[in-house]
Amino acid sequence: MPGYRVQDILSRRSLVSLLAIATVAGGATAAFAYAGGWLSSGRLKPTTIVNALEGHDGKHEGFRRAHAKGLCVVGHFDGNGQGLALSKASLFRQTTTPVIGRFSLAGGVPNAGDGRVTFHSLALKFDLPRGEQWRMALNHVPVFPVATPQAFLDFQLATTPDPATGKPDPAKVQAYMAQHPETKAFADYMAKAPLPSSFANANYNSVNAFRFTNDQGQTRLVRWIFTPEAPFDELDKATLADRPRDFLFDEAASRLAQGPLVWHLSVILPNAGDPTDDATKPWPDDRQRLEVGTLTIDRAVTEENGPCRDVNFDPTILPAGVSPSDDPLLAARSSVYAVGYTRRTGEPVAASALAADKAFPAPASSQPAAKESAQ
Amino acid sequence: MKSTTFSGAARLLHWLMAVLIIAMLFIGVGMVSTVGASHNWLVPLHKSVGVTLLLLALIRLAVRATKGTPPLPADMPAPQKAVAHLSHLVLYALMIALPLVGWSMLSAGGYPITVWGAVHLPPLLSPDRGLYASLRHLHTYLAYALFLTVIAHLSAALMHGLLFKDGVFQSMAAWRTRR
Repeated sequence: MPGYRVQDILSRRSLVSLLAIATVAGGATAAFAYAGGWLSSGRLKPTTIVNALEGHDGKHEGFRRAHAKGLCVVGHFDGNGQGLALSKASLFRQTTTPVIGRFSLAGGVPNAGDGRVTFHSLALKFDLPRGEQWRMALNHVPVFPVATPQAFLDFQLATTPDPATGKPDPAKVQAYMAQHPETKAFADYMAKAPLPSSFANANYNSVNAFRFTNDQGQTRLVRWIFTPEAPFDELDKATLADRPRDFLFDEAASRLAQGPLVWHLSVILPNAGDPTDDATKPWPDDRQRLEVGTLTIDRAVTEENGPCRDVNFDPTILPAGVSPSDDPLLAARSSVYAVGYTRRTGEPVAASALAADKAFPAPASSQPAAKESAQ
Repeated sequence: MKSTTFSGAARLLHWLMAVLIIAMLFIGVGMVSTVGASHNWLVPLHKSVGVTLLLLALIRLAVRATKGTPPLPADMPAPQKAVAHLSHLVLYALMIALPLVGWSMLSAGGYPITVWGAVHLPPLLSPDRGLYASLRHLHTYLAYALFLTVIAHLSAALMHGLLFKDGVFQSMAAWRTRR
């Protein structure tokens, strides 16, 4: 007869069965803990990288952990139909797609000065038909300082300012650079290469390679570049520190007050042997390019009054016809951005550096959302 | 005469969902804790299996409502029966709440909600920063609660099968429907 009483369950006859059940339950729990990374100290987790970013630039509640200072933009993209040969993405049709985006500078300090030798970046969100989206996070430099998530973490840790001096420990930086010639090459390139004088006259690069698939099912690995119509001009690096704190963002606002800004999007096709899984390696300039459309930025809006602040510009949010390459940075960008997004959206909103900037008059309406849709 | 096993449809749904739910819990904790390449395919898989489970859970409720359930043994003590009923209520609540919270969370974050490769689900909510963060955390807590409930359910099922031998385990594990 079955015994439901506690003394039946805990009797000697039940011992083997109880052990078997405990083994199953305990084993499943251990497997779950392993899958969640709680048992393996060796796994690189997105939280570790976000913690390193917060350690590097300080924790600024409510702001992005990277590219903390930014400005929303609104515009549209006109495809010319040529891109459909490479990818069936609806963005490439001969049609107009609404875009929102964000100019930003690299770094995790939301009110940092603009006079720094760093990335000028543009993030974009294309709203395609039927709820599809394509999100991009682009940099003015075509390559990235590190090739892997582990190198990114090590680079952050090595260059974290020492609290005693306020500067990174040169010995740590040197030890890191010795291990990472690709980062050293990047730093040398940044020191030497001209820095665009404006957000408006910079190229914006996909940085990573992506996989395009067309209607015939043919796939190709590609990178892409937005090239500006505004003529290039460079910043004087010697006087960067003397420039007003928000001079680049103010300059972008004044240009947009005079008219839209236009970039041409070209897809870059690699030659055999060009690296598609290593964002530190540039593709030579002579690679075949196919122009697929134009991006028009019509206006700039502060994060307070614009549509970009609460958007996670995860570059793996892609439409049909585009998918990630085997570049290991892409999955890491997605999972690290997701952790940062959850942290900052759970924190109170703080005023952006440009909120009180005279170049961006506060909207007349007290309801930013109403103002947005009215324009 | 009332059957001593669950209906064939209920047993099929139970075991199919058992596999998918356990896979889903492992995919979920795995994908949020890695920066590795698997993140690229685990996240879309998680969304697709999630919406599949929501549909299966609704079908299962309909099957349960029409086909009924076999009674628990008459001599099972009332407190244990109450715990059994409550645990099943919790299981059903979590099976339905988790995909809905996931869907709502993506809506509040303004994300596209893409499942099965090319189907775009409509948002359940308007984008809302604070709500996104709350739902994202809720999704995790509910998932842990579901994992613990599944472990308790599995342990209780094995106790019925190995210790009590009262037919409760067989009512779901039987190959054929029995009268």
